[in-house]
Amino acid sequence: MAFPGGRRALAIVVSLVILMAAGVTWALWPSDPVVKDRDLVIPVMDGPSDDQRVDLDATFYPPASGGRAPAVLLAHGFGGSKESVREQAGRLAGQGYAVLTWSARGFGRSTGQIALNSPDYEVKDVRGLIDWLARRPEVRLDAPGDPRVGIAGGSYGGAIALMTAAYDSRVDAIVPQITWYDLADALFPDASGKGPVNGVFKKMWAGIFFTSAADRLAPGGGSGAGGLAGLAGAAAQPPGGSGGREAGQGARQGAGQAGPATPGPDQVRCGRFLPQICEMYQKVAETGRATQDAVDLLRRSSPVSVPGRIKVPTLLLQGQHDSLFPLSHADANARAIAATGAPVEVAWFNGGHDGGDGEADWLSGRTTGWFDRYLKGTGSPTGDGGSAAFTVTRDGGRDPGTRRPVLLHATGDRYPGLTGGERTTVALDGPQQPIANPAGGSPASISAVPGLGGLLGGTGGGSIALDMPGQAAVFESAPLAKPTQVTGSPTITIRVYGTGEATLFAKLYDVSGGALPVLPSSLVAPLRVTASEAGTPVTVTLPAIDRRFDAGHRMRLVVSTTDLGYATPAAPAVYRVALDTPALELPGDAALRTPATGPAWWTWALPLVAIVAAAVLLLTGRARRGTHAGDAPDAESAGVPLVISGLGKRYRNGEKAVDDLSFRVEKGQVLGLLGPNGAGKTTTMRMLMGLIHPDEGEIRIFGHRVRPGAPVLSRLGSFVEGPGFLPHLSGRANLELYWQATGRPPQDAHMEEALEIAGLGVALERAVRTYSQGMRQRLAIAQAMLGLPDLLVLDEPTNGLDPPQIAEMRRVLRAYAERGRTVIVSSHLLAEVEQTCSHVVVMHRGRLVSAGPVGDLLGTAAAVNGGGPRLEDVFLDLIGESR
Amino acid sequence: MSPNRPATDLTGDVPADGRAAPVAQDGPDTRGGDAGGRAPGYAPGRTLPLRVEFVRQLRRRRTMGMFGVLLALPWVLVVAFQFGPAGQGQSSLRLSDLATAGGLNFAAFALSVSANFLLVVAVALFCGDTVASEANWSSLRYLLAAPVPRDRLLRQKLVVALTYSAAAVTVLPLMALLAGTLAFGWNDITVPGTGEVIPAADVLPKFAVVIGYALVSQLVVASVAFLLSVGTDSPLGAVGGAVGLVIVSTILQAVEALGSLREFLPTFWNTAWLDALAPEPDYSGMVKGVAVSVTYSVILVALAFRRFRRRDVVS
Repeated sequence: MAFPGGRRALAIVVSLVILMAAGVTWALWPSDPVVKDRDLVIPVMDGPSDDQRVDLDATFYPPASGGRAPAVLLAHGFGGSKESVREQAGRLAGQGYAVLTWSARGFGRSTGQIALNSPDYEVKDVRGLIDWLARRPEVRLDAPGDPRVGIAGGSYGGAIALMTAAYDSRVDAIVPQITWYDLADALFPDASGKGPVNGVFKKMWAGIFFTSAADRLAPGGGSGAGGLAGLAGAAAQPPGGSGGREAGQGARQGAGQAGPATPGPDQVRCGRFLPQICEMYQKVAETGRATQDAVDLLRRSSPVSVPGRIKVPTLLLQGQHDSLFPLSHADANARAIAATGAPVEVAWFNGGHDGGDGEADWLSGRTTGWFDRYLKGTGSPTGDGGSAAFTVTRDGGRDPGTRRPVLLHATGDRYPGLTGGERTTVALDGPQQPIANPAGGSPASISAVPGLGGLLGGTGGGSIALDMPGQAAVFESAPLAKPTQVTGSPTITIRVYGTGEATLFAKLYDVSGGALPVLPSSLVAPLRVTASEAGTPVTVTLPAIDRRFDAGHRMRLVVSTTDLGYATPAAPAVYRVALDTPALELPGDAALRTPATGPAWWTWALPLVAIVAAAVLLLTGRARRGTHAGDAPDAESAGVPLVISGLGKRYRNGEKAVDDLSFRVEKGQVLGLLGPNGAGKTTTMRMLMGLIHPDEGEIRIFGHRVRPGAPVLSRLGSFVEGPGFLPHLSGRANLELYWQATGRPPQDAHMEEALEIAGLGVALERAVRTYSQGMRQRLAIAQAMLGLPDLLVLDEPTNGLDPPQIAEMRRVLRAYAERGRTVIVSSHLLAEVEQTCSHVVVMHRGRLVSAGPVGDLLGTAAAVNGGGPRLEDVFLDLIGESR
Repeated sequence: MSPNRPATDLTGDVPADGRAAPVAQDGPDTRGGDAGGRAPGYAPGRTLPLRVEFVRQLRRRRTMGMFGVLLALPWVLVVAFQFGPAGQGQSSLRLSDLATAGGLNFAAFALSVSANFLLVVAVALFCGDTVASEANWSSLRYLLAAPVPRDRLLRQKLVVALTYSAAAVTVLPLMALLAGTLAFGWNDITVPGTGEVIPAADVLPKFAVVIGYALVSQLVVASVAFLLSVGTDSPLGAVGGAVGLVIVSTILQAVEALGSLREFLPTFWNTAWLDALAPEPDYSGMVKGVAVSVTYSVILVALAFRRFRRRDVVS
């Protein structure tokens, strides 16, 4: 009997699982890759006199929309190859662009040597690619030989976008990401503003940058260099991880083509760099100082060398976590391009060469939006990915479900630059402090460690900044009275006392009470200053950041002598550092607005819908039941304990358990309900108790129709299909709690009389689980008799009782009926019924076979073999079995 | 038949909430025969009082066992932390490493480690067992024939099961607070991740919010278990089904490809209470969690009532 319920529960669970599985499938179902790309080799001529042939390994993605479409050139990052941008290319092609990706000279399968985006080499290569695009039937032309084309790319690829735009007027829009304005300044920064020749060598990044393409290891062993190279590539082309692998592959492929199995001395020294560039790097890396030649060479590859020549709409996406090409480079690019009158937008996203989220989807959306607007001329300014002159990705706390950081995009109509829309001043305090440069420059303070952020997959929020004692001067503000949002480069003027040339690193920490100080984006401002005994004043431009300093936090300026990422002098020295003015100038941009993030609409809608749905579920459930007519009590049969008329119940399989059953029980009768197993006795009794719903007909007890929970059932005492007790409670507790559950007054229970019938003695105080079958049976009959109900219904009451108890039970039942009450006893034992009952109802296969006083029934039967009629004979007659 | 009598007074369909009961109960007994079709003193609204149901459930071994585990767990954790290698020197900012920072930190830790499974099992047990075990014991049919109206039986059982569940969810962090305070002192709370320190007095009301949220977030488990309990007479099936659903939901939650669909998974927001302990509490996640939880449980409980009303009790 346990099956139907269990099966239904199972069905619920199964259907829920199926639903969830369907949801997963739907979400994971891959969208059709409609873009069919084509690999090809495009030969181009470059070199100062256009006489060097380079075979560029390229892939062309025709526009999914067909016809002539604007073209996009997708450039890869340093150490990567055309494979690094495959995913993005496919996406753009799907959005109706003819996309061309290529491995830059010196990378991947392309031939040639790396010239760092030189106008003589890489730029000419890309011009050759644009020529090629102009001949494609898939590409829309602005004029013969002039395709409608945009260039996008990150890092090294971003720079080629800028440089090509400067040298080729056919370029119509560019989206350079995390790239440089002045490569010399990026590698030799100086926060005092004296230029790269005075700059501090960014040795770790420079080393990674140059060795990543050097590929100096033997083929097959190149994964080390490739992996390192991937750092630049990975950050440039989020999602990371795959970038590094691809870069490694690219490097290996390149090596396999470029040289013999055993690399020669030049190869291990310079890899695939142009010798001229290799020489320059070796020289400056050895000395740690930039020469004018080196600066000139690096600037040839930088937008700084082409002022006023980039005149196309430009979307600059720069990473906030980028110690290689910090935000200041995007700022310089933005100002230079905006000066020509071309539209420029700037976004500082959560990413960059030091890691961070990467925001691949958002960047992709903005890029597409930009090209839609300036290549297709369709995208609305507020279209996909949003559009604003200035966008800053900010921390939106943590997603409560995933515990992962949430990013918000604050936007402004105007790009204010690093000096900010408005400035506030916070006073710092601190005495003049001596700081030492350790001999050999070690141990060094730690800020951003190149590659580490990417490796940790960090959010960029966590910093591992560390200052060595004795090497850092500290100046701190009072706790901030109100939160201060810094957007841009703070500035401060310090004085450096001592002698000789000092290499210093300034950084601004966010210090809260209990936590470790946070160095925003792990950025430092290196500077080189000549110290004097009178104190050399120097105005330091701190790294550009976007950070909210909370109320109660302090700002802490630290000036240290070392940093792990930079070349510092080996000679020991001691300087003194003091504040020239205590005023720390903080730029801000109050115009930046974060979109409101109120609770999602469903937060309120869902519960309301649920309540409505619940009400519908409950009310419809009720309505169907309420349609029954004839619930009013029947006055005529009010004195009759039980009237059953036309009762029918089907099993689930349609077979009738009870079929058109009608009979009537009068007061004072002891009625025997007789029938073989499966005759429908128990089903009838369950309907009598309101446990199951009849399919047809009705049952009336004292004139009241029986329904589940009908109050008239309180006049019914029942024992059907075995006892039901709480096994952990004693017999007495069970009866008492049962009576309390009826909610009726305790004195009505007649508890002692009932317990007497049970006859359990001391066992009454034991837990029911220790009872024998007969004891439970007697306790259950006692429970049925609690409150002396007017109608007592007992199902096989003598099962499990011993003969004396059976005799006693007969006596009890007869006595019970004599008091004007009515007893119905079901049994398949004929002798039992014969001896106990005054009346009998015989059922067979759900139907009534006979009803009437036991005597009448016996009278209809002829005497057999001289003896009196036996009920057994009558019964077998009735149900049609032969004797 | 007496058509002039108000039918509502005579119908056996007294609503489960008992509101209609006083009408039937106090009205003069104008009908002939005995006590208006009901035994003297019987009123549907008085059946199965909460006190009785509490007692019926309280003396069960699984009730006592579950509370025993919940009350002992904090002490076991305290002992475990005492045995751990002392003074590792590195001050990590994970919740588990901060557990010994003070009573409040310890309580937050205890709640976080138990909310995902132990409390789920406890709640599923109290709510999934309640009807199914009665069916299993066959005592359900005698309660229904007493008669306790079906809606009322469910309501009373739900209230008691939820109360036990609430007690389970409450008692664990409170005991952890006590154990942690005795073992590690009454210190200000150190926020995981950032390491910021919030005064204990400020965080105490938030702690109440946390416990309240933990309660609400377990509502889904409770109502799933209850729905299954109504449909089966195998108590372990109901409990296991509810726990299984939580496990499936937790697994799906890890599938990032589902994107924002996951927000509607019943377990997605279960850890949102951590936001309340942040220096700047963000309640948006908790609000969403409450919305999802309430949505599921309202519908599931309504389904349970609907099923039970129509069900043929054959166990």
